[in-house]
Formats: sequence, C-alpha cells, structure tokens
Amino acid sequence: MKRIYLDHNATTPVDPEVLEAMLPFYKESFGNASSVHEFGRTARMGVEDAREIVYKFLGTHDSQEIVFTSGGTESDNLAVKGVAHALKSKGNHIITSSIEHHAVFNPCKFLEGEGFKVTYLPVDEFGVVDLNALKDAVTDKTILVSIMMANNEVGTIEPIEEISKIVKSKGIVFHTDAVQGVGKIPVNVDKLGVDLLSLSGHKIYGPKGIGALYIRRGVKLTPILQGGHHERKRRPGTENVPGIVGLGKAVELVGKNLKKEPEKLKRLRDRLHYGIEKTIKFTKLNGHPTKRLPNTLNISFEYLEGESILLNLDMEGVAASTGSACTSGSLETSHVLISMHVDTAIAQGSIRFSLGKENTEEEIDYVIKVLPPIIERLRKMSPLYHGKQGVN
Amino acid sequence: MESYSDKVMEHFRDPHNVGEIPDASGIGKVGNPVCGDIMNLYIKVENEVIIDAKFKTFGCGAAIATSSMVTDLVKGKSVAEALKISNRAVAEALGGLPPIKMHCSMLAEEALKSAIEDYLKKSGKKS
Repeated sequence: MKRIYLDHNATTPVDPEVLEAMLPFYKESFGNASSVHEFGRTARMGVEDAREIVYKFLGTHDSQEIVFTSGGTESDNLAVKGVAHALKSKGNHIITSSIEHHAVFNPCKFLEGEGFKVTYLPVDEFGVVDLNALKDAVTDKTILVSIMMANNEVGTIEPIEEISKIVKSKGIVFHTDAVQGVGKIPVNVDKLGVDLLSLSGHKIYGPKGIGALYIRRGVKLTPILQGGHHERKRRPGTENVPGIVGLGKAVELVGKNLKKEPEKLKRLRDRLHYGIEKTIKFTKLNGHPTKRLPNTLNISFEYLEGESILLNLDMEGVAASTGSACTSGSLETSHVLISMHVDTAIAQGSIRFSLGKENTEEEIDYVIKVLPPIIERLRKMSPLYHGKQGVN
Repeated sequence: MESYSDKVMEHFRDPHNVGEIPDASGIGKVGNPVCGDIMNLYIKVENEVIIDAKFKTFGCGAAIATSSMVTDLVKGKSVAEALKISNRAVAEALGGLPPIKMHCSMLAEEALKSAIEDYLKKSGKKS
C-alpha cells in the first residue's frame, strides 16, 4: 500500500543531502570539537560552519548569538527559564500566550511554582494573540514576553513584529518559538525584533535531537545545565557534532528553497482544503484563513471524534494527527482549540494535515478520494449525527 | 501512543451491531462530547432474554470497539446475566485495552447497565 505522510508539523524525514553531510562526522571525523588535535579541529570546523549557516539564515552576523541545543524543547526552556532566572532581581512577571507549545507553557508553569507571575494572553477565534491584552498586561515587573511565531496545531502566524514594537518600547526581553516558522515563512531576527528565537532540526528535514537558540548579544541568560565551557557555558556538554552539521545543512536547504517551496505547499494545501469542502459537509477550518503556515490545514469534521478518523486514514495509508482528547495521552482536548473557543465537540473532531516537500498532487487527490467514505461511515455510527442523514 | 490489540482493530474496522432499535425494550445513553465519548446502546428483550442489541457511538477507536464487543456479549444472555458483564470482561474480550483507554470500557458497562435499568423501569419490574 502507498503510504502518504501528512504530519510534517510533528516531524519530517531527514533530507538525503542532510544525512550525507552528517555521515563523515560519525565516521572518520568523529573527534571532540574541544580537542586540539586534527580530529578535534575537523569536528570544530563542522560545528562552526553550521553556526555560520544558521546565523546568516537568521539575518545576523554574530556567531556568538547562536547556541546549539538538543532541540526545540531545550531551546524554549533555556530561553524562558534562562531569562527569568537571570533577571529575577529586576522583576518577576512573564507574559506568554494561551496557545504556546508545551515546551514554553510548562516552563512557565514551573516558574510559577518558583514564585514568578505569568500572564497567559487570550487569542481570537483564529488563534491570533490579543495585542490590547498584551498592552494591558505589561507592568514594570515584566521581564520576559514569549510568543510563538506560528502555531503548530492550527498554523496561525502571530504578529511578531507588532508584538515586538509593544514589548521593546518597554525594554522587555522578547522570545519567540519559531520551531514551526523556520523553513515555511521568512525568519529574520532583526526584522521580527526578537531577542531570542528557538528552532529545531527535525521540523526542517534535519535530524532529531538538535536545535538552536538565537540569543541577541547583551541578553542575559542563566544556563540550565552546569558543566564545561561549551557554547560559552550557556549550554555545556560535548557538542552533538553530526547533529549540528545536519542542522546546518537542513537550514541551508530550507533557506535555498524558501522562495519556491512554500508556494508549492500552499497550492497543495488549498487543493486538499477545497477538495474536502466540496465533498464533505459539516466541516470547519481551524486557524486563520490567510495568516497561516502554507503547509497546515486543521479542519474539524462535525459529529465525529478525531482518533476514529485518524485510524481509518491510517488504514488507507494516510498519516495525519488530531487535537482530540482521546489521542493526547492526557485525555485533554487541545488547549489551542479550547483557547480559540472552538466548541469542545467540534474540537474533538479536528484533524491536522501538515504537508511537506515530498508530497505530490496525486497524493492529495488520493486523500480527497478516500476521506469522504470514511467520514460517511463514521457519521452513520455517530449518535450526534442523528437526523442529519441524507444531507451529506 | 500505545497501540491497540488486533481484536480491537478488528472490531473498529468492522464494528458489529451498529444502529438503533426502533422498538427497543431499553435504551442507555451515557457520556458527553466534552469528555470525548458518547454511547447510545439499544436492547430488545423477550422473555427476560436479550435477543438483540445495537449501538451508536461518538468516540475513539477503543470506544467504537468496546461498543461493538459489549453488544456482541449481551446478545442471547438473560437480563440477569447481562447485568454481571463488567468493563473488565469487555476489555478482556478485546484482548486488552491501553491503560489510558480503559475508561472507554467503563462507558460500555455504564451504557449496558443504563439500558437494562431503562428496560426494568419500562417493564414495571423496577420503579
């Protein structure tokens, strides 16, 4: 059976070019980048070449502003907890949004346990952060604002530049989790006006277990880990050299394709959306209609629960994901959809299709073909669909 | 996520006894969309024996599979026997459920108990 992967916001396949670039650093160039000898120097070169690719991609010219981490979660933790701890003598207030990834949300919860105060900004029905609420929330105790660049579940793109204007006029440190933005929309730290920015390797056809944090020069940060002098002590631990090299290559490739690739993704994504809307009744788009990642389609199928749709799609070889409580591992419905005031029953029936560069028009047409009978069969089983038969 | 047993997938893929019984002897409606599962269970009783059972369920794979299994299990059983069917028995008949999905089997038990209660009330055997 042909298998179609439409879950790229979860993770992406490693690009063969990325793997090719990494392999020598597992084999002959295995050295510790801190060692003085030839082995070490070759590894160091791999690390610094990757760093140069990353900082240039982000539009800066300062290699010291990039710290490599184990991924998006560590980058977010380092940013949020690192800044909070470094600035706690200045204030104890943090502002974030109610739709952040758990990698930002839970460090904030953790800091609340330490006595910090956190404001979780509301969003509108499309998932856009309320700027007036932000203006109102800022106090002279506010030390950090962390708002994601684009949401992983619904794809809504946040007005980072406008948020920056509000935040920077008060001299507050501003972090953005750009894990979903990188590779799909332009990311330039100066244009965005951010002080810290998280990115991850495996969302952009790089390896898992590697990420980076951009830290603007002058921003104070207390490290999470204590150890050696690596990454200027901001992230001690022997560098994951093959991972870093892979991240560098992945960033280079998405940077090169940023002109054409998102256009292609958007065309395919919209083809999927229109195909579904044309053949299936009672659907609802979750997320902003236009200010949205070009690859993301989050759509609710009313009267149905997401996992049962996912399992059926999986049987047809199609991989997607859902915001349903039943699949979350915690039996909680997606906090993103709930914050957007999506009706709980409708949130249960949400399916996220997130496209990637290997997807084709044929694959999308296949999904449009197999989905309607699945939805119809499940709706016949649904007690909520009672009396609606015949209209679909 | 922990995966489902073959038996669960079998019942999910091709659930038995989907539908409603228009002249049901008892109906059990449990759950709500907020928690993620709704189960409507219909039974037809003759001479104290459940001769037919059908269901309609809004829920995940486990919810649909347990609905299918519980309706299979009660058919042909006396009302008294059916009352003894526990959620554990439903889960075991399905070759087990992932721990986080055990609540779905609870829902099946509740739906069955509630359908039988409804039957007993309607038939005047219990006020």
